[in-house]
Amino acid sequence: MNIVVCIKQVPDTATVRFDQEKGTIVREGVQSIINPPDLHALEAGLSLRDQFGGKVIVLTMGPPQAENALRDALSLGADEAVLLSDRAFAAADTLATTYTLLKAIQKIGLPDLILCGTHAIDGDTAQVGPGLAARLGWPSITHVAGIEAKEDGTKLLLKRLIEQGYEMVEAELPVLITCHKTLNTPRVPSLKAKMRAKKAQIPIWDQEELGAEPEKIGIPGSPTWVDSTFVPAFEAKKEMLQGGPEEQVDALIKRLKESGIL
Amino acid sequence: MAEVNYFLNEEQQMIVELTKQLAQEKIIPVRARLDEQEEFPWDLVKDFAQADLFGLFIPEEYGGLGGGCFEMCLALEQLAYGCVGVTTTYAASALGGYPILLFGSDEQKRRYLPDIAAGKKLAAFGLTESTAGSDAAAIQTTAVEEGDYWVLNGSKQWITSGGEAEIYTIIAMTDRHKGPRGASAFIVEKGDPGFSFGKKEKKMGIRASSTTELFFDNCKIPKERLLGRRGMGFIIAMRTLDQARPGIGAMGVGLAQAAMDEAILFARQRIQFGQPVIAFQAIQHMLADMATEIEAARALVYAIARTIDTGIKDMAKLSAMAKLFATDMAMKVTTDAVQVMGGHGYMSDYPVEKMMRDAKILQIYEGTNQIQRNVIGQALNKEYAKKA
Repeated sequence: MNIVVCIKQVPDTATVRFDQEKGTIVREGVQSIINPPDLHALEAGLSLRDQFGGKVIVLTMGPPQAENALRDALSLGADEAVLLSDRAFAAADTLATTYTLLKAIQKIGLPDLILCGTHAIDGDTAQVGPGLAARLGWPSITHVAGIEAKEDGTKLLLKRLIEQGYEMVEAELPVLITCHKTLNTPRVPSLKAKMRAKKAQIPIWDQEELGAEPEKIGIPGSPTWVDSTFVPAFEAKKEMLQGGPEEQVDALIKRLKESGIL
Repeated sequence: MAEVNYFLNEEQQMIVELTKQLAQEKIIPVRARLDEQEEFPWDLVKDFAQADLFGLFIPEEYGGLGGGCFEMCLALEQLAYGCVGVTTTYAASALGGYPILLFGSDEQKRRYLPDIAAGKKLAAFGLTESTAGSDAAAIQTTAVEEGDYWVLNGSKQWITSGGEAEIYTIIAMTDRHKGPRGASAFIVEKGDPGFSFGKKEKKMGIRASSTTELFFDNCKIPKERLLGRRGMGFIIAMRTLDQARPGIGAMGVGLAQAAMDEAILFARQRIQFGQPVIAFQAIQHMLADMATEIEAARALVYAIARTIDTGIKDMAKLSAMAKLFATDMAMKVTTDAVQVMGGHGYMSDYPVEKMMRDAKILQIYEGTNQIQRNVIGQALNKEYAKKA
């Protein structure tokens, strides 16, 4: 089973700080990590490969330092990695991103399965996975929390999270799946893979290498852009209820009824 | 603030990075439960195997990574930062594997080391008996040659990973009248006829590790399971322990570091008399001693492990020093960490009481610290006799 896993390098939100005035992330001194949901996609890919053979190719689009995310993925056991990097790719929205990923996947050769995380913890659109599937003309199955391979891995039985619970979906390959954090527990790196990853030559493909049309990538290819970012203001009022416990409870219930909560 | 530079190479840095990650992500979240429920950490054993850690000290030709005593120390230090109980299981597999690595025939190495390196099978080391601990020459378990077999009779006590491990290196008497030269080492496999396990012992600390008796009741094993030559049992046991002891010191360093980190975190937050308790000199001086002693122990353990890896022959004294100093330090530092945290430290809601319980075993197993002093003292006597 040949599998492409799409990952994204994101700032570690656990250590991130915000510039309250500009409404932007302070990037200096913040560590970059693999987008956490993507780790579950990678784990799913690795365990399917371990079960059925084939290889796992990790793909990311990003600045040159996104190579570190790919080396981390190789340390976890991915077979190959490809970096899509070009100044012309910068500031891509999800439409331009999915086009760029499509060109790369066509260049790699169509796999049996594409795995993505549900969403990136920075942009939070959850559009790239389904968008890529649409460009390929493949089905996409999102928010997957369980994968069971059937019939020698030609079919997958998937547990898909929906608002009220989950549904079971059977899918024939090829298919694109976006993986939810409850799908599995990502493995730890192995020393041997870590050493291989350190030395691995990771190809960097640019616009020319991909044969991508310049008007479909980066800023020209992005019909949407971030106009401004801001921290939404919350107006909270505080009121201390007076009196003994009974009076306080009565007052509280009254307020809750008034505000339509009860 | 500057840290001591131990000049680790790229590979050694990777080992530290990986074992640190394992401690943080895999061990620390479950250590309290494993301790409380005395649960053997099979999930973590699988994680260590996936990470290639069981092969760290095994040569590449047998599926390992070809690391030495120093690489083992780096790994053990970081894992012990997470939990000494869990780390004991890992260290015990190395202790069971070393005799095969150091004294096994090529065939024995090929048969056992790849599975140990891959973490498919755990190994264990069986020397101690109910009446033979520090006095290892007093062991009663016997092995008698019968045709193409050895037949073992007797029992071993307090064997780490007993019942869980698949491969056991066992020291038994083959020629009692020859005294210490009458012992031999054997490889016994789980499932060998006449080989069984006693109950799992309840312990003060390292409760995630399994400790049991081993019973040999006419246990019949093929002749080729003899390790090294007949009569080499004690040499094998002593060389194995010499090789492994700095690792116990490294565990002491990791454990002490963890205890101090907890104590400082707490002391910076705990307010008494209107200020964090770390502002009090009484606390600061305790922490200062802890930090200094931890670094001194780390420097000693690293220096000795690196010296051992140069291939020196007589390492007993140095190896004993690494274990003695770093584990006595760990007992003191963990005790002080509990003291710094006061009532909180004594409660099992905080991890330092477990660390203090775990520290005690480091002064006892793989040779008590009194025995380490004997080893060092005897070596000094010999050295100075030569100089005289």
